[in-house]
Order: sequence, then C-alpha cells, then structure tokens
Amino acid sequence: MSLLEVDELRATYGQGHVLHGISFAVEEGQIVSILGPNGAGKTTTLRAISGTVECSGRIVLDGQDIRGWGADKIARQRLAHVPEGRGTFTELTVEENLLVGGYTRRNGVREDIARCYQWFPRLGERRTQHAGSLSGGEQQMLAVSRALMLRPRLLLLDEPSLGLAPILTRELFGILERIARDEGITVLIVEQNANLVLKFADYAYVLESGRIALDGDADEIQADEAVKRSYLGV
Amino acid sequence: MKEFVQVTVDGIAAGSIYGVVALALVLIYRTTGIVNFAQGEMAMFSTFVAWGLLQADVPLGLAILGTVVLSFAGGMVIERVIIRPVEGSDPLALVIVTLGLLILLNSGAGWIWGFNNRAFPGLFGDESVDIIGVRISWESIGITAMTLAVVALLYLFTTRTKLGLAMRAVSMNPASSQLAGIRVGRTLMIGWGLAAAVGALAGTLVAPSLFLDVTFMGAVLIYSFAAATLGGFDSPHGAVIGGWIIGVTEQLAGHYVDFIGSDLKILVPLGIIIAVLMVRPSGLFGSREVARV
Repeated sequence: MSLLEVDELRATYGQGHVLHGISFAVEEGQIVSILGPNGAGKTTTLRAISGTVECSGRIVLDGQDIRGWGADKIARQRLAHVPEGRGTFTELTVEENLLVGGYTRRNGVREDIARCYQWFPRLGERRTQHAGSLSGGEQQMLAVSRALMLRPRLLLLDEPSLGLAPILTRELFGILERIARDEGITVLIVEQNANLVLKFADYAYVLESGRIALDGDADEIQADEAVKRSYLGV
Repeated sequence: MKEFVQVTVDGIAAGSIYGVVALALVLIYRTTGIVNFAQGEMAMFSTFVAWGLLQADVPLGLAILGTVVLSFAGGMVIERVIIRPVEGSDPLALVIVTLGLLILLNSGAGWIWGFNNRAFPGLFGDESVDIIGVRISWESIGITAMTLAVVALLYLFTTRTKLGLAMRAVSMNPASSQLAGIRVGRTLMIGWGLAAAVGALAGTLVAPSLFLDVTFMGAVLIYSFAAATLGGFDSPHGAVIGGWIIGVTEQLAGHYVDFIGSDLKILVPLGIIIAVLMVRPSGLFGSREVARV
C-alpha cells in the first residue's frame, strides 16, 4: 500500500488554478516530484492534501481518508507542508520558529532543534535573531527545519527553489535528499525547476492544466528530451 | 510641587486601569485582528457578576478572583459563539458584531441587575500613606501594583510557555500555525478569555471610584482606546505605558488647565487619538510587519 493515495481530486483555488480530478500515489520512502508550468495546479494539489484548500475526491494517508479534515488535524498525523512563501513567523526568533514547528511533540524537541542546527549551521548562528531578518535562503532553510520538527512521515515542499540563487538551491536539495534518505521521510515536492529536481527524485508526475499529462521514473523523464520540451519548457 | 506629585500619582493609578483595559483590547486585536468595542461592556458585566457574588456574602477578594475565572470562561464562549462565525469577514462586519455584543451585554446587564448605580467596595480601603510629605492613597498604590503584576504575568505567559508561543504564532500567521498542528480556534478562544479576564480585573478595580452601573465603563473604554492607539494597537507594553501617559495627562490637564477642569477631561484622550493617528498611526511601540522575499 502506498503512503499517500490521491483519487479523483478536484479543487479550485484562486483564479484559474483548478484540478480536474487527478489521481496519483506516493510510495513510502520515495522522493516524488510534481512538475509542470505555472498555473498547472501544483500548489493547489499540495494545499488540498494538507487541508488548506477545499476539494473533493479521496486523499488516503496510510489507509485513512483525510480529505475534509482541518489542516491542524492533518498536521498532527505527521504530514508537514512547507507552503509557498515559506510561512515564516517573521517576528519570532529562529529558535521560536522551530519550537512552533515542534508544537505537537511531547518530548525530544530540544534534541531535534539541535539536529536542525547541525543540518543548517547558519540557523544555529542566528537562533536568537528575528526570522524576518534572515535572507531568503535562510528563511527557506528555516521553513524546511520547521516542517522537520514535526518528525513528518510525509513532507510536502512547495517550490523550495523560489527566489534562491542556483548554487544555494542545489545545496538545499542536497541536504534535503540526505535528510529524507537518512530519516526515511517520504517527500512530495512541487517544482518548476525540472532539471534540478529530477536529479534527486525517484518518480515524477507532470501536471498540465489541472490534469496529469504523464508520469514515470525520474531518470526516464530526465532522459526524454521530447517530454521535457513539450511539457516542462527546458 | 507636592500637589503636582499627588496629581501625577493619581494619574498613574487611573492610567493603570486604562492600561489594563487597553491590554485587553491589544490581546484581542493581536490574536483575532478585531477591535473589540464591547470590551468595556464585557468588563462592566463582569463587575456586576462580582457585585452579585458580594451580595451572596462572598468575601471581596474571592469574589474578584471568581469573577476573573468566570470571565475567562465567558470570553471563550463569546469567541466561540459570536465571533467565530464571522471570523475573517471584512472589518466593517466585525465592527458591527462587536457593537452588537456591546448592546447585548449592556441591555442584558440592565435586565438582570437594573439601571441604578451601586456602590462597590474597594480592595485597598480609604486610607492613605504619607511618603515624604505627599499623601498617596493605598488604592492608587494597589491598583498600580496589580497592573504591574498583570503585565508581568502576561509577559511570562506569552514568552515562557508553549501556549503563549502558540498564541503569538497564531497572531502572526494563522495559516502557518495550523500547518504546525496548532488548533487555531482554541487559541483564539483563549485570547478572548484572557482579554475578558483582564478586563474583569480592571472593572472591579475601578468600580469603587466610579459607582457601578451599566454605563460605568463607557468613559474608561474611551481612555483605553486612546491608550492603545498611543502605545500601538499590537503592543502589550505599549498599551500600559500609553495608559499611564493618558492618565497622567488627563489628571494634569484637568487640574492645571482652567478651561478643561473635570468636565472637558474627556477631550484629552480624544485629542491624543487624533494626534497619534495623524502623526504616527502605528503608535509609539506598534510595529509594522516587514516582509522579505
């Protein structure tokens, strides 16, 4: 059984972001990517899964249909979502941001914060600073760390490369992959930067206008120049 | 000089009350983004509850404590039943809802307890103490001390406890808080509960010097709005400092400026509100969020 099974998901979010009944699955322990152009419905898909946009269909996490649950209840199933725009608590310090991330946890919070500082030493150096004073890259590291504080089974990442310099993005993806593999976290990642994410992902779905146009192993899609040209614009 | 110090101390005591009510306004504004016009009536209703307990021969200290606890619960109920359904609506709708709550509480109190005014005993007695030639009432000292205690407790609660951190997180970014598993609705209920409890304390502290009736918090609320505006609507310590500035200014103006006297004192907070909105709309300690991409 897959960790996440999505069946006939339909949703509308904002203007022109519509899902016309998409179905896909994410296997436990894999890094799965959803690719596609702007407005294809990538963000809407993640928001539907984390319960932050209304939708219909079935969203089954580990055998349980979580569609229609409140976002907080879904988070407590250890499903973490790093949203578009990072969701930073700008007036809290870096450390307080991480404490908020660990809000649902009873113990081990201090240890996990220390682990985040090991993965992202820059955050450790700035632990007492207001998160709003961090650079874009540091805020992205913080957003990822905050999500990891939930000790997620499934981690949803929305365009982690947005606004980051290419070298920083590669570094971030490298660390993310290492953490996911080491900790056995399943990752569902939405990206516009197809070339980059396909290097790290195991499997990929390509969304186009709210429908799944094709799917396949990441290296197959990576190798298929025709697919990349027609769907991903690279 | 002696007189000046005395008037100033009275101002600080009065300002403490304004500060505490302003603190309640700030608590609700920060957590739910609502300017709660019913805050004064909530405190008035609570004070009547305390008066009711006194009539049932509950000792004063216990009656106040009980009222604060009951008000906490009442504030949570108000959030859940009246505010929650309109949460996130446009500001005008929210203003109308809090005004409706104001009328509801005002008429409700009149229906239950009548419209006559009643004496409310003070916690600190009528005595005063002589400090280097200046007579200061125990009431002024007591009220100021209670205010400092409330501010200190709230500060510790919001900075040192997990729930306090959750409240701050929700006030900054409810969507992101939910993604961290925080029950936002429950947190907002606690915010309203705290505001109601703090307001109840202010009501019972000020009632002895004002007489208790269904309108007795009206003027206090106006001063408190001035305090919150001056301090910055999203700043708890700003609210209290704003309260002191308003209280002292009000007392000094009433005492030394002939044409103001005690009749026109209410112009002082109104003037301050207008001046602050024109010169520095975010108030002395208010913050404006800085976003970075």
